[in-house]
Amino acid sequence: MSLRRVVVTGLGAITPVGKTAPAYWEGLIAGRSGAAPITRFDAAKFKTRFACEVKDYNPDDYFERKEGRKMDIFTQFALIAANEAIEDARLNDEGIDKDRVGVIWGSGIGGLTSLQAECIAFAHGDGTPRFNPFFIPKMIADSASGNISIRHKFRGPNFVTTSACASSSDSIISAFNYIRLNMADVMVTGGSEAAITESGVGGFNALKAMSERNDAPEQASRPYDKERDGFVLGEGAASLILEEYEHAKARGAKIYAELIGGGMSADAYHITAPDPEGNGVVLVMQNALRDAGIKPEDVDYINTHGTSTPLGDGAEVKAIQKVFGEHAYDLNISSTKSMTGHLLGAAGAIEAVACIMAMQHSLVPPTINHFTDDPELDPKLNFTFNKAQEREVNIAMSNTFGFGGHNTSVIFRKVSE
Amino acid sequence: MSEIAEKVKAIIIDKLGVEASEVTPEASFTNDLGADSLDTVELIMEFEKEFNVSIPDDQAENIGTVGQAISYLEEHAK
Repeated sequence: MSLRRVVVTGLGAITPVGKTAPAYWEGLIAGRSGAAPITRFDAAKFKTRFACEVKDYNPDDYFERKEGRKMDIFTQFALIAANEAIEDARLNDEGIDKDRVGVIWGSGIGGLTSLQAECIAFAHGDGTPRFNPFFIPKMIADSASGNISIRHKFRGPNFVTTSACASSSDSIISAFNYIRLNMADVMVTGGSEAAITESGVGGFNALKAMSERNDAPEQASRPYDKERDGFVLGEGAASLILEEYEHAKARGAKIYAELIGGGMSADAYHITAPDPEGNGVVLVMQNALRDAGIKPEDVDYINTHGTSTPLGDGAEVKAIQKVFGEHAYDLNISSTKSMTGHLLGAAGAIEAVACIMAMQHSLVPPTINHFTDDPELDPKLNFTFNKAQEREVNIAMSNTFGFGGHNTSVIFRKVSE
Repeated sequence: MSEIAEKVKAIIIDKLGVEASEVTPEASFTNDLGADSLDTVELIMEFEKEFNVSIPDDQAENIGTVGQAISYLEEHAK
């Protein structure tokens, strides 16, 4: 059986730097930071008191109150991004067989806000369980894909992938495979996360994973800078519509790009620390290149995982040099997390959108907040520091790695008609 | 209208997102006000919290309309 070709026919996003896919892209190329003091809760006693929140978010702008309050904020973000992508791809047009449209979403954590609220309410009570009947359906991570299918009546394959910060790259690859294997014609995929809560911020602080640069939040996410001190927590969602190529052509869909390959691997090293040698990261990029049937020299741009942690950034760069050799110097490399912060399970999805937009606009979004070179990193590499760079991008790779040692890479190619 | 009836109506309007004019004594939560089985469970829990009562499951099953909720609570609320 030959594998079917898969293209991207719709995009959606709600992010800390823009609340639609086009606004998100504008934020990226302007080099805008989404970081600011936390407004969701009183963070006065927390080590980190800032994050990349979705700005001025009010669920009433998107949902009827009755509908909105039955969804955790991570599911609200999922529906907002998916609705934009579905409309962009015109998936509710007549003639689309909704039995052949599925949803595979990604979330690293799920409904943390709901879990926390219900546990606090129980702890404040007299021991009588008064858990809300919507608590479990709000909290479970698969409520995102479930709600998207219910809203649009998509009856194809439906589930959520969870692999921490690689979750939505894994959902993209799963969706890709279901279409390639002829188990669906169209897949709504992407990821969402909303962990800017007391337990989310406190938990990541305990891991010593987050930046504590409270005096300059906008400069805190600084991948590849010598003074980087951890990631900045972000929230939001992005969605991609994947579609079988002939199916897309037959209905005259707008084709943004072709998804040509995906790779997965595990570090098998430590539950939170990256393998300093980057062996799992080398393997995942090699796996993705092989799946795509391309050579390292074919790649123009890598949107890195690059979370701004001291260890992780260096290991990934080392791995890129191992895989790409001399061609590493010809690549554009950037970490858009310098602007959006780290959206955890939604990172793969928003960064896939960034790769596709870079192809569309022949413009590579920057790694902002570069102040001091890190002597550990090869100065001949082009990290696209501080300003977007014009470049024809034919092939782009997006890397994501998650706690647990999960590594995932996806590769997109420009489709020339 | 009693104070209890006013509070019951307010809870129903809030939880089910319906208009005050729809919340008549005869209105059924599921047939008229768009509640599903989980909405109904949540309503009963809100009544328990607001009126400081415990409504056993076998009695909760008999509370299907606005009027039934009001008369149950007028009888049992502390």
